[in-house]
Amino acid sequence: MTSEYAKPVPTAGINPEITQPFWDATKRHELSVPYCSGCNRHFFYPREACPNCLSPDWSWSTVSGKARLYSWTTVFQPGDTRFSEEAPYVYAMVQLDEGPRMIGNVIDVDANHYLSPDKVNTRLEAVFEDVTPEWTLVKWRPIEDEAKSGRDE
Amino acid sequence: MVVEIHEERAGQWGGFSHAGTKLALIPLDWGRASILLSLFARLAGFYCWRYGMGLRGAAAIVGIAELPTQRTNPGRSSLGLIADVTREVIKDAHIRKEDIDGIVTEGDSTFPAMAVEYLGLQNIRFGSGTSMMGASGATAIAHAASAVTNGFANYVLVVMGFARNPAIVPPPEGDGGMGGELEQPYGPAAGANTGYAMMYVRHMAEYGTKPEQLARLAANQRFNAQENPNSVFQGQPISVEDVLNSRYVNYPIRLLECVMPCGGAAAAIVTTADRARASLNKPAYLLGAGFGVKAGAEWQMDNLTTTPVARSAPTAFAMSGYTPRDIEFAEFYDCYTILESLCLEDSGLVPKGEIGPFFESTDTTYKGEFPINTDGGQLSSGQPNLAGGFRHVIEGARQIMGKAGARQVARNDLCLVNG
Repeated sequence: MTSEYAKPVPTAGINPEITQPFWDATKRHELSVPYCSGCNRHFFYPREACPNCLSPDWSWSTVSGKARLYSWTTVFQPGDTRFSEEAPYVYAMVQLDEGPRMIGNVIDVDANHYLSPDKVNTRLEAVFEDVTPEWTLVKWRPIEDEAKSGRDE
Repeated sequence: MVVEIHEERAGQWGGFSHAGTKLALIPLDWGRASILLSLFARLAGFYCWRYGMGLRGAAAIVGIAELPTQRTNPGRSSLGLIADVTREVIKDAHIRKEDIDGIVTEGDSTFPAMAVEYLGLQNIRFGSGTSMMGASGATAIAHAASAVTNGFANYVLVVMGFARNPAIVPPPEGDGGMGGELEQPYGPAAGANTGYAMMYVRHMAEYGTKPEQLARLAANQRFNAQENPNSVFQGQPISVEDVLNSRYVNYPIRLLECVMPCGGAAAAIVTTADRARASLNKPAYLLGAGFGVKAGAEWQMDNLTTTPVARSAPTAFAMSGYTPRDIEFAEFYDCYTILESLCLEDSGLVPKGEIGPFFESTDTTYKGEFPINTDGGQLSSGQPNLAGGFRHVIEGARQIMGKAGARQVARNDLCLVNG
């Protein structure tokens, strides 16, 4: 953890009280997403009613932290200049094994290798970065050997 | 004057080969709207009476105006440009200012009441702000047509403008959603580039689409823009190689596959078919309309390679009685090569997944067998914010009305517009 984190940290979205447990979990280095008891599905982002069945009856569920790369963009020109130094980097849409998608970065890779569509479906695992004392971001790292981690594609 | 044509003839004319088988700093586009414009309100009254088919032939565009698209408009406000283009559209439609009794704006940066106040309009009986982002222009025409058809107003002014005056700082963009919490910490690219790039990757992975195929779209539209004095890129043709050699803004989107943010304004006058028949202009009749709205954030969409056009176009075609094969030319929303490509597929003009081969085998310039974005579109004329999507409506109507000058298409009876 650097003492002066110069990039943006999360700012309040639609209802920060609803999403806070997600961020509390990342600080524990756990990935936790809503699970709806109305339709028995995970969903993300957290919201007051399930986007599948609109049920308000859902609870937090710790998930595997395994995912696949659904799509991405390799950013050469960031929208926010605070990211300029590290460009190019991989800004990714990942699909959790449990179903929902979320946004993150694929890290510990050479972004110049992510210039071909054959990277779609790359297996990923969650990595937690404690960027400030208050905030831990979820990022993603390719799984080198899925067999060793005990899970098949 | 209204000319009637027979169904068979339209079918023949509609043939084209399906075979061959911000830096865009713009808000996320969350919707699309498709409209069909035609010079011919063929059997319109009968169809409306017999089948109750919505807006078919019930209303028309009888006047259009567009200010030149420019990078900036120093000393000007957006409402000032709206006043200029309104003055021009009143003249083009051969009406009086007092005749305007309805107004539709994009409803995001310009509310109807702001425009009514600035323009000094006193007789407004119908107003609406579409709030459909890039699709606001096409949506507005359908709203206006609904208004005149239902008796809310007789002459509806549809007007959109954006000055992009460097001295006037627009309020910070906020989507009101989860972007600040769940996206910004990970460093997205500028504006809408991020989501469309991720759609582009999926289309390449799912259908084998290649950047050199979409580069042809960009080059063809730039060819068209050379005959458009309102284009910011007139005098600057580009080749497929130029597109492919332009730098990545964010993979797979290259610089020449993005719109350039600009200033400008456009306007149209919509009235009933009965009043349109008395117009001194050839009217552009609206034959069908449809809408679709998707999640604002692309990562909340089930399927990244299908746009809301898959819902808007079938509605518009069903209302019109025409099919994609009847369409003679098209004006399609094009903030990026990939978005236009996806919309062309979802409209039914090109089979799903075949946009790459389509551009390899089809001349889409205004001289070609199936002209697309005959004014250069937004990619090659510039994007004056939400008036950018409106330019497709204006150009479609301009071609139908026979006012397109050097870039006039040969067959101008039936156009599909996508906002």
